[in-house]
This record gives sequence, structure tokens and C-alpha cells, in this order.
Amino acid sequence: MKKSAIQPQGQTVIQVTGVPKEAIVIGASAGGVEALSAILPHLPADYPIPVMVVIHLPPDRKSLMAELFDAKCAVAVREADDKVPIERSTVYFAPADYHLLVETDRRLSLSSEEPVLFSRPAIDILFETAADAFGPAVTGIVLSGANKDGAAGLKAIYDRGDQVVVQTPDQARAPDMPLAALAAVPQARTLPLEAIADHLLTLHRAEAP
Amino acid sequence: MDAKISPDPHRPVGRTDDIEIRLLLEAIFQKYHYDFRGYAMASVKRRLNQARQKFGCATLSALQDRVLHEPELMTELLSFLTVQVSELFRDPQYFRTLREKVIPHLRTYPSLKVWIAGCSTGEELYSFAILFREEGLESRTLFYATDINPEALKKAEAGIYDLDRLKLFTENHRLSGGKSSLSDYYRTAYGAAVFDKSLRKNCVFSDHSLATDAVFAETHLCSCRNVLIYFDCALQDRAIGLFQSSLIRKGFLGLGAKETLRFSRRSEAFSEFARGERLYQKRDLA
Ligand SMILES: C[S@@+](CC[C@H](N)C(=O)[O-])C[C@H]1O[C@@H](n2cnc3c(N)ncnc32)[C@H](O)[C@@H]1O
Repeated sequence: MKKSAIQPQGQTVIQVTGVPKEAIVIGASAGGVEALSAILPHLPADYPIPVMVVIHLPPDRKSLMAELFDAKCAVAVREADDKVPIERSTVYFAPADYHLLVETDRRLSLSSEEPVLFSRPAIDILFETAADAFGPAVTGIVLSGANKDGAAGLKAIYDRGDQVVVQTPDQARAPDMPLAALAAVPQARTLPLEAIADHLLTLHRAEAP
Repeated sequence: MDAKISPDPHRPVGRTDDIEIRLLLEAIFQKYHYDFRGYAMASVKRRLNQARQKFGCATLSALQDRVLHEPELMTELLSFLTVQVSELFRDPQYFRTLREKVIPHLRTYPSLKVWIAGCSTGEELYSFAILFREEGLESRTLFYATDINPEALKKAEAGIYDLDRLKLFTENHRLSGGKSSLSDYYRTAYGAAVFDKSLRKNCVFSDHSLATDAVFAETHLCSCRNVLIYFDCALQDRAIGLFQSSLIRKGFLGLGAKETLRFSRRSEAFSEFARGERLYQKRDLA
């Protein structure tokens, strides 16, 4: 069921393979706000695929990420409330100090169980539960960061499908997280930020096999 | 177009891990009457797999075998199945809103009952006890602090916390609008903070499950924070139903910072009292 290469607006040729995507999960840490700013504002208001984001922040009380990005983006950007049904054309951020998990009935759950790799929210937890709930219909993206969170989660997504992307480590402000993700999934595509935005735009054009 | 996403057409029915979890939770329920069957599964699955590794079991079925035949294991498993994370005056703004907006209503009652459901190791109870003392309501209030984890309840009753947590607790208390110094309420001994036992003289600690038990008292305020996030929607509705029956007319319900009645079948029974802080008030006719 591999589909042939699709030419996005840019020059980068990206293979779009497998089943149509129903969810996108993104993990970011140090340098992540900058990286997300180069991606999320490119999504049109009616972008059909829901996006879930974990970004590590200092464990402050309140994360302002959702407000910040809602102002910059055409799609709706929300901080996830517990048990919110995942909807199209929406980006969900994990709230500060809660893990974000995907349930098989396509709702989001929160949890304050112990941090993973010193992080709560942890990218691995979002990615692993998304892989479990969406199977091959989810794709994962690991962006800039200075730790190893996301590597195990990306592998879980890769093992159930084949669509995973890592920000080109050279371009990332903090390359450790992309490098760790690549070590776990050498088959992951490495793309610079502009190409990741294009990639997201091509994803929903992939037809069902 | 319907904005909701349809159930996963790719998820094979009868996946082995799904079956194993269901059977394990059923076994735990039948044998020990702990009912985790209506919990949010993504997190339960993770934590059961951590337990499986810890106990050196190759599969969840193997873990089921051991749990059924070694009752001691159940106590340990409970620490995986319940999440014990708490703070004094967690989300200080919640306690500030209680102080400024809810307490004035509560003052109008000659006697008060407050239910802290899922009290964990007691931090929430001591926060309430201190708040009510500062506001002069302590002597007319009876607190019920309930949980399903007996170890947590024991710690709640002891009221002893590591000293290294006190900096955060003190800051939280201050941000909640605290009118006294937190150090008035504990003494330090053996590197720990021992909270004054007078704070719990009006408190009944009790084993009570929101999943299987019934309402036990009429209350003016229920505070159930960071417990519902571990439940699926149906179990959340059951728990909210308990609060609805327990609360007096116009009684108050407080939830965790990211919990909401918005997705509950019972949302109509409550009105939003302080939205940002997830404080609700039972409607007149509910
Ligand atoms: C994360 S703690 C919340 C502590 C405190 N309320 C707070 O917000 O800081 C969750 C608590 O819910 C308890 N719990 C889990 N299932 C329960 C049930 N069915 N009935 C009552 N309590 C439950 C757990 O044992 C745990 O102590």
C-alpha cells in the first residue's frame, strides 16, 4: 500500500506512505517554541488532522503555550482538558505538569503519574498512547530538545506504522533530542522545519489505499 | 462535517493486550473488590506494564496469576494502580477562590460538612483545615477525607511530610491568600514536618471508593481533585452523581485544574461558579 512520491509546494520530495493520517503528535523541548513557530502557523484553519503537542517547560503553574499559539495560528489551539474528544482542525497542548495521553475512544486524558526522563508532560507517554490508540493512522514528529524524551515513543509509532519525522539535527537549536530519536528510529525522515510544515500539508492529501 | 473523529477502523478487535488487561482488572475486582474496570485505560495500561516488569512477569496474564494467588502482591499493585501525587494548597488560585468566593456562602450555614474525595496522603485535607481555621469556620465544620488506598489514608492521618517539600507548600499557602504563617501549623522532628493534630480533630478519614461505594452524608462542599482524570467518562459520571446526591441544594463542587463537567452527562445539574478554577454549584432543582 505504498503510495508514490508526492511533490509538495517546495522542492523536497516526500514519500507519503501507508494509511491516511488521523492524528499528528509532536514533541519538543529546548528550542521547541521557535521550532513550533515555524510549523503550526502554516496550518490552514480547516486543517483536518488533529495535532497533539508536548513541549517541555519549566514546571511553572500555568503554560501559556496554547494562548501564545492560538494568537499566531489559523487552526484552533487549545490546552487539553481531561477527556476532551479529539476534534479536527485543532491543536492540543499538554497542560503544564500533566502527562497527556490518548484513549482508544479518541479522547485525551491527563495524568500526574511520575515524570518520565524527568519530564512531565513526557513526549514518550503521548507518543506511546497515540500509537496504541491510532495504530498506523498517527504520525510522530520530534523537534529540537536537549534530552532523550520522545525517542522511545517515536519507535512505538514507527513500529505500528511508518510515518515518523525528526527535525534535521544540524538545524535544531538543541540537537540531542532529534539525535536520540534518530538513534532509536534510523529510518525516520530528517527534515528541516520548512519541509516539516510542507509535509503536514501534504499528509491529508494522501488518499486511502 | 462532524468534527468528532470516528472510532479507529484499524484497531483490531480482540487484541491480546486489551484482553489481558480486561481479564486482570476483572480478577482484581472479583478477588479484592477494587474496581479499576472503569478507569482511563491508557494510563492504567502503562502502569500495569510497569508493575509487570517490576514483578518480573513476562505477560499481564502471568501477573494476573500471581495477583490471584499472592494477596500480598495486591497491596503493592495498588501503588501502581493509584497515583499518589499531591501538594499542600496545590493550585493556590483554587484555594484563593474558595477563600474569596465560596467561604462567604459557607459562612451562612450554622454547621458544615466538607467531603474531600481522593484525599491521597492528606495534603488537600490539611490545606482545607488551615483555610477553614484562618477563616474562622473550623469549629463548625466536619471533614470527610476518603480514598481507596489504605497506605495513603494512613499517611494522611499521620500528617507528616518531608521537610524538603515545605518550601513549595509555604509558597503555595502564601499564594492562596494565607493569613497566617504555615509554620504555625507544624513542628519539625526527625527531618520532617509534623502537622498539628488539632487540624484533623474534626476529620473522619475513611476508605471509600467512588467506583463502588454509595453516598454516606449530606455535604455542603465536595472537593475531588485530580481523581476524575484517572476515570473514563462513565465512571466520572458515577462519581459526579455521588457528589450531586451528597450536596445540599446550592452546594459546591470543586475539581482539579484540568478537570471539567463539560463532557459529563450530569453537567446540567451544576452551574459554573468560578470557571477558571473549576468550581461548580449544584443547581436549585438538581
Ligand atoms: C493524584 S491523587 C489526588 C490527591 C489530591 N486530591 C490532590 O489533588 O492533590 C489521586 C487519589 O485518588 C485516589 N483514588 C483512585 N481511585 C479512587 C476511587 N475509586 N475512589 C476514591 N479515591 C480514588 C487515589 O488513591 C489517589 O490517592
